[in-house]
Amino acid sequence: MEDKYTIEFNKLTKTFGDHTVLNGLDFKIHEGKITTILGFSGAGKSTLLKHILGIHHPTSGQVKVLGQDLKDLGDSQMREFRTNFGMVFQYSALFDSMSNFENVAFPMREFTKKSNKQITEDVLSLMAQVGLDDHAWHKLPSEISGGMRKRVGLARGLALQPKVMLYDEPTTGLDPITTHMVDNLIRRTHKNGESLPMTSVIISHDIAATLRLSDYIAFLELGQVVEHSSVDDFKKSDNPTIKRFLELSS
Amino acid sequence: MINVIKKGISWVGSSVLDTTPALGRLSLYTFSFFFWLVRPPFRRKLFFEQMVFMGNKSLFIVLLTASFSGMVFAYQIYLGFTAFSVDSFVGPIVAIAVCKELAPVFTGLVVAGRCGAAMAAQIGTMKVTEQVDALECMGVNSTQFLAVPRIFGIVITMPMLCGIFMMVGNAGSYLIGVKVLGIDPAMYFSKLSEFMNFSMIFEGLIKSAVFGFLIGIIGTFQGFAVTGGAEGVGKGTNMAVVWGMIMVLISDFFLTAILAKIL
Repeated sequence: MEDKYTIEFNKLTKTFGDHTVLNGLDFKIHEGKITTILGFSGAGKSTLLKHILGIHHPTSGQVKVLGQDLKDLGDSQMREFRTNFGMVFQYSALFDSMSNFENVAFPMREFTKKSNKQITEDVLSLMAQVGLDDHAWHKLPSEISGGMRKRVGLARGLALQPKVMLYDEPTTGLDPITTHMVDNLIRRTHKNGESLPMTSVIISHDIAATLRLSDYIAFLELGQVVEHSSVDDFKKSDNPTIKRFLELSS
Repeated sequence: MINVIKKGISWVGSSVLDTTPALGRLSLYTFSFFFWLVRPPFRRKLFFEQMVFMGNKSLFIVLLTASFSGMVFAYQIYLGFTAFSVDSFVGPIVAIAVCKELAPVFTGLVVAGRCGAAMAAQIGTMKVTEQVDALECMGVNSTQFLAVPRIFGIVITMPMLCGIFMMVGNAGSYLIGVKVLGIDPAMYFSKLSEFMNFSMIFEGLIKSAVFGFLIGIIGTFQGFAVTGGAEGVGKGTNMAVVWGMIMVLISDFFLTAILAKIL
């Protein structure tokens, strides 16, 4: 069966002034799979994520998401296109002036014509899906723990039933138990999305979580993908940097 | 001596080079505000929330400033005018000064300190905690969502606060002039109606709306320009207050010159 790809980078180069962050990067992300992008700090992982979202534009090369070349989209089309994405930020990035309920309801209020009753039902269903109990709904993000905020962030990311779910270092700064909980949540969320194939892209430093969670791993070094393979093949990689990365992480 | 001149020229040159890109960004930002102002969705709830927030935050200090500046100005005018037995002119002199200058400028300075700072701090904090990125990732334009309600809100709220300043300032003047210093109330009102006219009030209200716009643009712009963490938010807030106040004072001169020709 032919592989299908949700995201394609073709000779993507991005420079900031004299500094080249992404250097002719070429790889494709499989549809309906979890792909983790690993790499050292400053390797260009976050820059790559911003290219997927169309926040950064390539200096040269091409980024195609869901078959659409992003450079063909104007500003307003790009905004509309972004409703295909769900994003979970490193520190959740919840709107601190809104309750947790309103945070999850926000994308629905902005982009759908659902009634208040329908939004309430959908939000409660999403909150149940990510394991948030009743008493967290009407609290502010500052009144709940980091792990709970991650759950709210995930629920907000899922609010518009995205085709692509992006995670920016989702477990950084969390304790091992909460990290495990977030990993399970990502895996469960991904499985729930299988009726509509959801592609998940995770930016991470956490090698243990990456090996546990991912279907594919891409390793980014000096602005290029030096390895892109299934988890089993990644573990057997001959690349000395990856070997060292795996050794140090274990 | 030549070195001093060289250093001076170099300082002027580098200042111009530093300031020009910032002015360019501010101009583009102002353009994008107008661009998003007229495009749906129109978030009325956010706009009213901002109006209530700004009005509520500034009302007490505006009342305090208005009452004492009206009273002290009446007192000073009385001390000078009573020597020439023209103390009945205290009412109109204070009223003209309050309506044309003191109310818009003092309200502008107070609001720049309170609301300009709040705007920069709120948006700056959202920027450093990735909340602005979250909006953009969802496809919501951050200028339209965060800046438009705040700037439009302050443009509407400022004339209201200025109007309150005018009333309270003149009430303070009446209290001191008539009740404390003994100016004949009939003379006070007679001179007031003789010299005051609606265009003076209108001038103050127009000025205050323009000041509100400048404070809003600078406050939100500084918020979006924040980089780094808490220190960056502090710097942005400080810049918003300083530049907001400077712009109120500078634009007051030009507005006075322009409105004097129009009204």
